[in-house]
Amino acid sequence: MVNDSDFINTLLLTGKLAGWTTAILFVIGLPIAYVLSYKRFWFKSLVEALISMPMVLPPTVLGFYMLVAYSPQNAFGSFLEKYLDVRLAFSFEGVLLASLVFSLPFMIQPLQNGLVAIPRSLREAAYTLGKSKTETFFKVLIPNMIPSIVTALAMTFAHCIGEFGVVIMVGGNMPGETRVASIAIYDEVQAMNYDVANQYSLVLFIISLVILTVIYSMNGKKKMLF
Amino acid sequence: MLKIDIERSMLTSEGKCLLKVDLEIANNELLCLFGHSGAGKTTLLRILAGLFNPDRGFISFNGEVWYDSVKKINLPPQQRNVGLVFQDYALFPNMTVRRNIEFAQKIRNADEVDSLLSHFGLEVLQKQYPTKLSGGQKQRVALARALAAKPNLLLLDEPLSALDYEMRLNLQDEILKAHKLLNSQTLLVSHDKEEVLKLADTVVVLRNGAVINQGRPVDILL
Repeated sequence: MVNDSDFINTLLLTGKLAGWTTAILFVIGLPIAYVLSYKRFWFKSLVEALISMPMVLPPTVLGFYMLVAYSPQNAFGSFLEKYLDVRLAFSFEGVLLASLVFSLPFMIQPLQNGLVAIPRSLREAAYTLGKSKTETFFKVLIPNMIPSIVTALAMTFAHCIGEFGVVIMVGGNMPGETRVASIAIYDEVQAMNYDVANQYSLVLFIISLVILTVIYSMNGKKKMLF
Repeated sequence: MLKIDIERSMLTSEGKCLLKVDLEIANNELLCLFGHSGAGKTTLLRILAGLFNPDRGFISFNGEVWYDSVKKINLPPQQRNVGLVFQDYALFPNMTVRRNIEFAQKIRNADEVDSLLSHFGLEVLQKQYPTKLSGGQKQRVALARALAAKPNLLLLDEPLSALDYEMRLNLQDEILKAHKLLNSQTLLVSHDKEEVLKLADTVVVLRNGAVINQGRPVDILL
């Protein structure tokens, strides 16, 4: 049987992973989405395909490659260990990095769709009024894509709390470090603790339902803007 | 004085053609670019605003060079200080009518905003958002916003094309008002003869990218 503090700690860890992933991806996702929406370059399709790969790849494939990359026998893992004294395999930070890669399309695509949906004339009007690209981005583009931003944040967060394959490959099942709710459910079912598995499942079910309801209500508002 | 001598290849529904314009526009003149769609009117306006680049040529305004392909000078839209009224008005949906006008000001001045709101009959609408406005109201806000930036040059891209006949007649007066308030050059894109005859000091007729006629509207269009 799992006690209450384990249950709470697992959910908090799940929230911590999803929260950090969402926050970091939002900060790096905005400029990436901006470039993909408004700039033309010859390898753009390749970049878009790479960002979307986690949507079609089995999570275990991505998890496997991340694990290989983290190994001190390979360049990336060896660099981290030698210069930063960091080992990412089977750690929260390792799971977080894998989660960032795995959730990238869920942040980028709604942001990109939001930017593309804003009529070009709004940007151009701001430029002719003397506003810089940065000021236009923060005062014209961002406020006019709030529904897309909420969708991106909610999709990323919701996707993160349901991650299983990548987390188990990269982080294993370490309570307090890498054991998130989806892994706990699997673990409890294996141990035939169906009541505990049910508690975790119910919490994930309710969170996902609330998030999706928010997304659909924001999508309704998006149609009214332009 | 606005001097334009530019070339730019364009892709129209009838295939490729060359926009080739050599014009001088005197101070305080309201010039109308007249022609069918695809003639290059909007392209020329966007080139003047700095939103499109010509392939080659020269543009200067009161002695300041905005574009020179030989000397590789190309001022971005932010530095040309033009007021461009778009076909779709391009009002910022996240800002109220008043905020749209304030946003255009280089130095915040509430009295000037009040004066523009009053000039264009927008006082009662100042707290409304653009999605709640009619086409005519949006057009007036767009004009007021363009003037709030105190532009060197006012560029109007078929600002009345989406409106009904009666509304057009009323708003033509607003355009004249805006032109007089600005006290500088205005370029208006139109394919409506009546509108050109009423508003323009000079008309430039474009066809397939080339200037085929220019002069007083009564001499050219009647």
